[in-house]
Amino acid sequence: MANYEWSPRVRKYEEEREAERCSMVPATSHPLKIITVSEMKTDKKGSSSKKTPSKSSSSTIVDPLSDMGPLGSALDGTDPLSAMAAEANRIAKVRGSSFGESSAKVRAMSLDDSFEPWSAKRADILSRYTTSEKLSITTSFLSSADKEHVVIKSQTHTGSTMSDKVKNRLEQLDDFEEGSVQEMLNLSQQEYVSRIEDLNQALIAAWTQDQRVKALKIAIQCSKLLADVSVIQFYPSKFVLITDILDTFGKLVYDRLRDKAQYFPPGSGVPVKLPENFTPDQVPDSAKETCRNWFFKIASIRELIPRFYVEAAIMKCYSFLNPGEYADALRRLSVMIRGMGDPLVALYAKCFLSRVGIDVAPNIRDHLLPMFDDFLGTYSQVQGDSVQNTLAVQKMEMPKYLTLFSPGLDWLLQCIAHKASDDTLTDILKKSRKQCNSALLLNSLISAFKPEYIAARSMQFIAMIKECEETGFPKHLLFRTLGTCLAIADPPEDQKLAVLNDVWKPIMKLKNAADYVACAETWMEFIVKNFGKREINTILNDMIKHLTPDRAFEDFYQQLQSVVAKVLAHVHDFAMLFSLEKFLPFIDMFQKESVRVDVCKNITEAFVRFQEVETKDPVIINAMMYICKTMHDSVNALTLDDERKAISNLITGFVRRISFGRDFEQQLSFYVEARSSFTNLDIVLVQLIQCVNNLSIDTRRVVSGNHSKKTGNFVRACSAYCFITIPSLQSVFSQLHLYLMSGQVALLNQSYSQADAFFKAAISLIPELPVLLDLDGKKRSAEPFLVDYISNFISTLLVVPDNPDSSVLYLLRGLLNILQNYTWEPNSDAKVVVYTRVLAMLSASCQETYPYHVSKVDSNDAMYASDPKYIKEIKGICTTLVEEILSHLKTLSAPETQKRKSLLALDLFNIVVYHGDLSESNLQQLAANLWNLSYRQPQVDHKQMERIYKSLKMKGASSNGKHYQELLTKLPYESMA
Amino acid sequence: MASLDIRLKKVNKIYRDGDVVAGVVVVQSKGELQHQGVTLTMEGSVNLQLSAKSVGVFEAFYNSLKPIQLLFYPLEVAKPGKFPNGKTEIPFEVPLKPKPNKTLYETYHGVFVNIMYQLKVDMKRSLLSKDLSKQCEFIVEYKEPVQVEKIKPKPINFTISPETLTNLKEKEKVPKFKARGKLDSSTLCITKPLTGEIVIEQCEAAIKSIEIQLVRVETCGCAEGYAKDATEIQNIQIADGDVMRGISIPMFMIFPRLFTCPTLSTNNFKVEFEVNVVIIFHDDHLVTENFPVKLTRF
Repeated sequence: MANYEWSPRVRKYEEEREAERCSMVPATSHPLKIITVSEMKTDKKGSSSKKTPSKSSSSTIVDPLSDMGPLGSALDGTDPLSAMAAEANRIAKVRGSSFGESSAKVRAMSLDDSFEPWSAKRADILSRYTTSEKLSITTSFLSSADKEHVVIKSQTHTGSTMSDKVKNRLEQLDDFEEGSVQEMLNLSQQEYVSRIEDLNQALIAAWTQDQRVKALKIAIQCSKLLADVSVIQFYPSKFVLITDILDTFGKLVYDRLRDKAQYFPPGSGVPVKLPENFTPDQVPDSAKETCRNWFFKIASIRELIPRFYVEAAIMKCYSFLNPGEYADALRRLSVMIRGMGDPLVALYAKCFLSRVGIDVAPNIRDHLLPMFDDFLGTYSQVQGDSVQNTLAVQKMEMPKYLTLFSPGLDWLLQCIAHKASDDTLTDILKKSRKQCNSALLLNSLISAFKPEYIAARSMQFIAMIKECEETGFPKHLLFRTLGTCLAIADPPEDQKLAVLNDVWKPIMKLKNAADYVACAETWMEFIVKNFGKREINTILNDMIKHLTPDRAFEDFYQQLQSVVAKVLAHVHDFAMLFSLEKFLPFIDMFQKESVRVDVCKNITEAFVRFQEVETKDPVIINAMMYICKTMHDSVNALTLDDERKAISNLITGFVRRISFGRDFEQQLSFYVEARSSFTNLDIVLVQLIQCVNNLSIDTRRVVSGNHSKKTGNFVRACSAYCFITIPSLQSVFSQLHLYLMSGQVALLNQSYSQADAFFKAAISLIPELPVLLDLDGKKRSAEPFLVDYISNFISTLLVVPDNPDSSVLYLLRGLLNILQNYTWEPNSDAKVVVYTRVLAMLSASCQETYPYHVSKVDSNDAMYASDPKYIKEIKGICTTLVEEILSHLKTLSAPETQKRKSLLALDLFNIVVYHGDLSESNLQQLAANLWNLSYRQPQVDHKQMERIYKSLKMKGASSNGKHYQELLTKLPYESMA
Repeated sequence: MASLDIRLKKVNKIYRDGDVVAGVVVVQSKGELQHQGVTLTMEGSVNLQLSAKSVGVFEAFYNSLKPIQLLFYPLEVAKPGKFPNGKTEIPFEVPLKPKPNKTLYETYHGVFVNIMYQLKVDMKRSLLSKDLSKQCEFIVEYKEPVQVEKIKPKPINFTISPETLTNLKEKEKVPKFKARGKLDSSTLCITKPLTGEIVIEQCEAAIKSIEIQLVRVETCGCAEGYAKDATEIQNIQIADGDVMRGISIPMFMIFPRLFTCPTLSTNNFKVEFEVNVVIIFHDDHLVTENFPVKLTRF
């Protein structure tokens, strides 16, 4: 192949730019301004809304897009999103009104967010009331495993006679039919729970196998378990587990009845399922009959407790019978509870009934208050002999026993207090104060009533707490509950301090650290919401004093953390927070590494989120530095990537919030300090380098490019900072980018030797780039990134002036040498792609003026002024590059590499045509050859070829396009059109 | 493969004197079904039985214990012939009228007295295949009289204490207690529940349970001699555990269908009901108070 000597075309970038610029035409309207949305329409009648708004909302400017036929008219003046929203609104409204009096709406309205649903309480109860005692379960529906065991055992008696076998089978049958009641003793809590789950499964299985009687039997046996108060501390959890089963049962029965209750709507012969909100007269007789049979069956259950629970469980089915049935049934069942002798059992029965009542008929509430009265009336039973005996047998203390009542009583009171008037609440309060002024009751009252109500009378409540009888129910719980209320609602302004003083005195006297912390934790919210620095400091101090002896704080990290969280949620003035004498000592109490880091993270998170203005307050900086350092120091080799990232992000957030304004030196020394503190975290270091670069750019802006000696020294100091920081980064790729960027910044600041050093460092780092990069957890080949990077790099190199001490273009040469020896991936064209880019860059550096410059920096065009020696040097490099490329093209002769070959050829063709001097015949020949090479390939992109061809034609048509025309004659081309 | 079934029009299967019992006989067969005729019989009878303990004495009165037929209507549903493949429904209507000089008592399932009404369908077939037959019980209730005399509730107030007890052996062992209560009425409508209340005013011993027991008293026989037996129908617990003193505990019991009927007294037999209030103490000693009640339909 001939030796193609490169000679660059002479280009006048300014003129070319001028020629290619589109002609400007003054605009009559703003092309990006869309039709404005005046308001969202919520008119009920969709049709009427269409007329008026389209006029009002379409702007006066005639938008070219607005009259684009269907689109424009469909929009009707509103943008599609708000139109959709309006539509949804309308539909919702229509739907709402069509169910006008339906109970669903009533239910939705009467039970809003303020009502804490049972499901929320459920998990809490299960985790709070546990036991290590052995439990027993009485049931005939043993888990199948046990039964199989029995069968296997009996069949191993091979010598057994026929009659034995028959007997055995009959027994099994009995087992199943009659339910030979067996007691399983010595179950651990775990086993007990799983047994109950077995029962639940058995119930569902029996139901699906159409064995309804068996299902009912299981439900009855389950509810029987609720009569058993042995292992009493587990009772609330047991209640939760078993009522879950009963809920399942109730749902099964109800769904089954609803399925059966298909009815014929008037005027149609096709049965239809009952609508969601049916009335009893829609229910066909057969379904009513089945429903009645269920209730008859249940009414004949012998024992009181199962009869109560099972009927309550299928309460919803009363909706099939008569409209008034709910109220009657609820009232009847509520008095039925009076027959339950054990106060705990009776209370939970009340709880279940109110729960069912709220669920099926939230508006019926006249059974609730009498139940509460019953509770008050029977409260004295707690002191009665039978309860005392039970407690004595189980070695349980009174305070603990009383806490068992809380969940049930809370729920009952919540049902009563929900949406109740203040008068009712006062009434209840008076009644309970008169009948039994017990702490237990007061506690539930406080937690059930509206916080606003409590808050308004907080002094009164505190007085009540003080005077109520202990009867074993711990008072600190009362203070805690009151604290939760006041955290939500504020007491009257003038009472706040009195409340705090009155409450904190008894709290301070609490001996038990756990009780103390629990109270302090809940009250913290009230304090930070309503008081200032002094009070918060005092309380923190008090807590430190209480918890330091015997390192008590070690057991309460969770609570202490929540205290910090509460402080952070309300105190956003960090200068104030960190100036609190006791805040950092408080943080010091977190001595367990992981907790400490968590706390630090919370603080930093809050800081990043709430510290909106940049700050230079030394107190904040010191404290935050300390906190961030703690986080940083927790990172080690075992730290998870996500954790490391989270911490890094928090610290960068902190770094970015610190600004000393115009005091750049102070700022830099802060960055220096930060670097020394956060050496381990790549992301933070990257941020710091970026910040420092930013700083030197800011400096440049201040002096508007003309550095004085002082500023010059400063920006060089910045560069030095970057230069020594970059190598400590783990990721080679970030290093490369930062070197390039810092180099650019240095160049911009006329620090030539610094810039040179950066670029040199970058070039010598390239060989160390790993083959695979880890991006978002996926391994990617580094090559595409490298190609991009180098492209960026060489376009920077164009404006970098040569160092007079070195040879011409020594940076570029260095780069090319490195690339030459770089181990590219096998079968990769990256090197050639890079070479073509370099070719383009070199052609640009031959020009008299370069296409772009760095202000106040003389590039090679000014330095060499197109010196022929310089040009020759460049031409020499170019020629070598072309040779390299061509020889690479030659290696791509295999059929599977044809496509790559054609692409590369076309790439080079473009460079030759745009940057090469086509008047040179050998270059023209080269271009023609490349075109042929590419054009012959079957997979070539014809559209692209066509575009190139057309643009060549255009160039040929212009004034000095002679050579292009010449070239065009040599290019074979068939238009696709 | 053929099957026979009766389906009544009324889902609850309750009929009154003079009603028309209507429904369909459903014949289902695969392939043609040859038969020798299908008959439907409506039947109602009172069955009396003697309890084992009184058999010896009353063998002599055997006569009086044969079933008393109240109603008997045979009718032909289909003449001998063939049923086509698939499902055939033959509608029928039978007026519910007693035999002369008899009354239709309400359906009642007891131990010694049973009053039962049923429809029976029989299909006669050739010698080679078995006859098919199917029975279906239906329920008879009294017709609402033209003018309903409103029964005035007759409340029963009661007090139970050691002093009121009869039939006890060791008086000194009885704990001190006093229970006061009320049954809302001694004449009860069978469709309404039994209601009342009981208050344990005072009780030394712990209470284990309070129950109300429904008892039927069935009498069979005639003027020459009779057998009277009381058996429990159902037992409903109204209090469990040591209940609060002085609080009113509700009594509530629904009368089970089929097993109860309005109190009945005829020449040959009687069905009556009683309610027991039972207080069981912790040591399983119990105190019972008995109240005869009258049940009515309306």
